[in-house]
Amino acid sequence: MTKEERLKKRHNAEKRFRFYGLLSVSLAVIFVLVLIQNIVSKGSSAFSRTTIATDISFNADLLEIEGPITKKSLEEAEFYDLAVESILKIYPSKDSKEERQVLRLFSPDYEYEIKRYLIKNPDKINQVASVELTSSDDVDQLNKGNFPRDLPEDRRRVSNFQLNIYDNLVEDGKIGKKFNDYFFSKGDSRDPELAGIGGSLMGSFFTITICLILSFPIAIMASIYLEEFAPKNRITDFIEININNLAAVPSIVYGLLGLGILLSVMDFPRSTPLVAGITLSLMTLPRIIIPCRASLKAVPPSIREAALSVGASKFQTVFHHVVPLAMPGTLSGTIIGLAQALGETAPLILIGMVAFVVDIPGTPVDPSASLPVQVYLWSEQAERGFVEKTSATIMMLLGFLIVMNFIAVYLRQKFEKKWN
Amino acid sequence: MNLLIFALIILFGLSSYYFGRSEARKLITTNKIKLNALPSYYGYYLGIWCGLPALIILSLWSLFEPTIIKILILSNFSNVESKDLFYEQTLSFFNGNFTGELTNNIKIASERYSSLNAIAYNSKIALLASAVIFSTSYAYKKIKSNNRARDDVELILKGLLFVSSLVAIFTTIGIIVSLLFESIKFFSTINLFDFIFGTSWSPQRAFVRDASTITPEEYLELKDAFGSVPLFAGTAFIALIAMCVAVPIGLFSGIYLAEYASTKVRKYSKPIIEILAGIPTVVYGFFAALTVGPFFRTVGESLGLTVSSESALAAGLIMGVMIIPYISSLSDDVINSVPQSLRDGSYAVGATKSETIKKVIIPAALPGIIGSILLAVSRAIGETMIVVMAAGLAANLTINPLESTTTITTQIVMILVGDQEFDSPKTQAAFALGLTLFIATLFLNYIALRVVKKYREKYD
Repeated sequence: MTKEERLKKRHNAEKRFRFYGLLSVSLAVIFVLVLIQNIVSKGSSAFSRTTIATDISFNADLLEIEGPITKKSLEEAEFYDLAVESILKIYPSKDSKEERQVLRLFSPDYEYEIKRYLIKNPDKINQVASVELTSSDDVDQLNKGNFPRDLPEDRRRVSNFQLNIYDNLVEDGKIGKKFNDYFFSKGDSRDPELAGIGGSLMGSFFTITICLILSFPIAIMASIYLEEFAPKNRITDFIEININNLAAVPSIVYGLLGLGILLSVMDFPRSTPLVAGITLSLMTLPRIIIPCRASLKAVPPSIREAALSVGASKFQTVFHHVVPLAMPGTLSGTIIGLAQALGETAPLILIGMVAFVVDIPGTPVDPSASLPVQVYLWSEQAERGFVEKTSATIMMLLGFLIVMNFIAVYLRQKFEKKWN
Repeated sequence: MNLLIFALIILFGLSSYYFGRSEARKLITTNKIKLNALPSYYGYYLGIWCGLPALIILSLWSLFEPTIIKILILSNFSNVESKDLFYEQTLSFFNGNFTGELTNNIKIASERYSSLNAIAYNSKIALLASAVIFSTSYAYKKIKSNNRARDDVELILKGLLFVSSLVAIFTTIGIIVSLLFESIKFFSTINLFDFIFGTSWSPQRAFVRDASTITPEEYLELKDAFGSVPLFAGTAFIALIAMCVAVPIGLFSGIYLAEYASTKVRKYSKPIIEILAGIPTVVYGFFAALTVGPFFRTVGESLGLTVSSESALAAGLIMGVMIIPYISSLSDDVINSVPQSLRDGSYAVGATKSETIKKVIIPAALPGIIGSILLAVSRAIGETMIVVMAAGLAANLTINPLESTTTITTQIVMILVGDQEFDSPKTQAAFALGLTLFIATLFLNYIALRVVKKYREKYD
C-alpha cells in the first residue's frame, strides 16, 4: 500500500465516522418529527365533531308535562318519546331493526341535546325546529374519512342501510361539522363522541397544584439548608446521597410508596388528586432540589461576603441577597420538575387513578383521572374514535409541557444574572 | 373544619407578629431601652411561638385521630368477623349512606363513634387553645425582657430548614419500609429461592387468601405461580434491545455534537434531541402500541414471519429512542470536559479528527461514558408505561424479539391495577418485585455515580 492510498483510506474513514455522527443526530431529530407528525395527524380531527341537522317537532303532548310549562318542568320532563319520533322521520324504516339502525346514527345523548335546546329556546314549543344533534362515533369517523367505505358490509361498522341514509343526509346538506366543545367540557364516557378531557384536566390541575404547594417550599428550604447552612458532617453527607439516589429511583416505586403508606396505612381516599399530588411531590422533590442547589451555588461568594461585611447576619445574607438572586434558576428548575410530574403515569395507576370517572372533580378529594392516565385508559379502548381522542389528549398534554418548558427557559434567560 | 382551625391559627400568628412588633417599638419609645434586635424580629418571634406549636399539634392530631378512634371502637367488638368491613359499615351508617344488612353492633359502634368524635373534637380545641395561650404568653414575657430575638428566630428557622432537608431521608425510609413490609410477608409464604429461580410466573393462579393455612400441595401450586426468572429475563431482554438502539445513536450524536457540529447545528439540534427526554412515557407507549407494533407485524407478515403485535422489539426500540438523549447529553458533557491538550497532542502527531476521537478522547472519557450508559440501563429497567402498553402481559421465557415478553414493571402494574386485596400473596408479590427493582436500580445508580464522580475528579 502506497502512502497516498493509506492517506486516502484514512480520510475515507474520517468521512465515514463523521457521516455516522450526522446520521445519528438526524435519526434522533427525524424521530421527534415523525412522532409529532403522527400524533397531530391522528389527533387533529378530534377537535371537530359531526352533527346531523334534524327537524324536531316539539310536541308538548309527548313530554307529558302536568300543569304549566316552565323551565323546571322542562328539565324534569322525559324527552325520549319526542326525540325518537322526530329522529325516525329522517328516513323511512321498514321494521324495528332498521329503526334501531337509524337511532344508532346519533350519539346516545340525543334526548338531552334536544332537551337543552328547548330549555334554551322555550318559544319553540309546539313548533318544528332544526336541531344539530351530535352523530354517533361511526358516522363521525365516516364523515372524517377514517372508515374505508369499499370494504364488504360484514367488515364495516356501518351497514349499507346506514350508509345510504348518510349519503342522503350529505346530499341534503344536513351533515355538519362543529368545534368539539364536548372534548373540553365533558368527563370520561364509554362513547367516544361524548368522551372529554374535562375531568382529567381538572384532575391534573389539582394534582399539580398540590404537588407545587408541597414540593416547592420544602425543596427551596432543603436546598438553602444544604447549600448555605449545613455543616460538613455525616448527616449532611447522608442527606445528599439520599437526594441523589431518590432522583434516580423509578417512578413506579413511588407509586408503591403511595399505595403502601398513604392508602393502606394512612387511609387517604383512593383515586384522588390529593394522594396523587402527595406521591408526585415526593418524587419531584429531589428533582427540584438538585437544580435549586445548583442555582444557589452559582451566586458568587462575593455577594455573601459583601453582605456579611456590612453587618448582615447569615440569615439576612441568604434571604435578602442570595435567594432572590437565585430565584430565576430555582423557579425554572421547579417548573421543569412539575412538567415531569405532569406527564407521569405509572405511580398514578398504582394509587387507583385508573377508575372510570364520569363526573368532573370539584375538589382534590374527589376521584378523578389525570391527562396522562386518560391517555393510557383511552389507548386500551377498541373504538376508532378513541384513537383520535387519545392523540388529541396527547396534543393537549404536550402543549402544556411545551408552555411550561418555554416559561422555564424564558425565566432563566431573562432574569438570571450572568456572573463573570 | 381542620381548614378553618388552620386559618384561625395563621390569623392569630399574623396578628401576634404585628402585636410583637408594636410592643418592641413601645419598649424603645416609652421605656427608652436599646433593643437587641430590629422590632420586626420581635414580631416574628411572637408570631412563630403563637403559630408553630399549635400547627404541629394540629397536624399530628389529624394524622393520628382516625387510627386511634378506629382502634378504640374495634377494641369493643373483638368477635366481629371482618374488622375493616365492620368499621367501614359503621362509618357509612354514621354518615347516613348505609346500604345492606343493619346489625345491632353497627348501631352501637356508630353511637360510640359519634361520642368519641365529640370528645376528640373538644379536647383538640382545648389543647390547641391552651398551646396558643401558653406559648404566646411565654414568648411575650421573653420580649418584655428584651431577649435576643434575632438569634432565637434564626435558630428556629434553621431548625425548620434542617427538617425540610430531612424529608429526603424520610422518603427513602418510607420507600424501604413499604416495600420491605409487604415483601417480608410475601417471602414468609413463598420461599425466596423459589421466587428468584422459579421459571413460571402466573400470579392469577394464586387465589389462596390466608397465607397461614397453606398445605404442602398448595405450596407446590403457589411456587409455580411466583417464579420470577421470566420477568427478569424479559426486563433484561427489552433493556438490551433498547440499549442496542440508544448506545450507538446516543454516543455518535454526543460525539458529533461535541466535536464536529458547528455552533448553529448544535444550537438547534441539541434542544430537539432533548425533547425526546421531555415527552411523557405514556406518549411513547401509545406510539409503540398503535403505530410501531402494527407496522412491524405488517412488515413481518409480508416477509413471512409471525410477529406478535406486542413484540419485545417494538417496545425495546421505542424505549431506546426515549433513552437516546440521556446518553447523548451525558456523553456530550464528558467529551467536552476532556482537556484540549489531549486533542492538540494527538493532532500534532498527525492523527485525523476521527482517529483522535477513537484513540484518545473516547478512552479518556470512557468512565464517564460507561457511567452514562449505566444510568441509561437503570432508566430502561425502571421504565413502566412503554412496556405496559407495548410489551406483552404473559410471561414467556424467550429470546425471540418478535414474540411478546413481559417485564417486572408491567407485572407490578398488572397486579395492582383494579381491585386488590391486601394480605394476598398476589398483591405482596408486586411489592417484592418493586423491592427487586429498587435494589437493582439503586445498585446501578450507585456504581454509575461513583464512576462519573471519579472521572470528574481526574480532570478537574
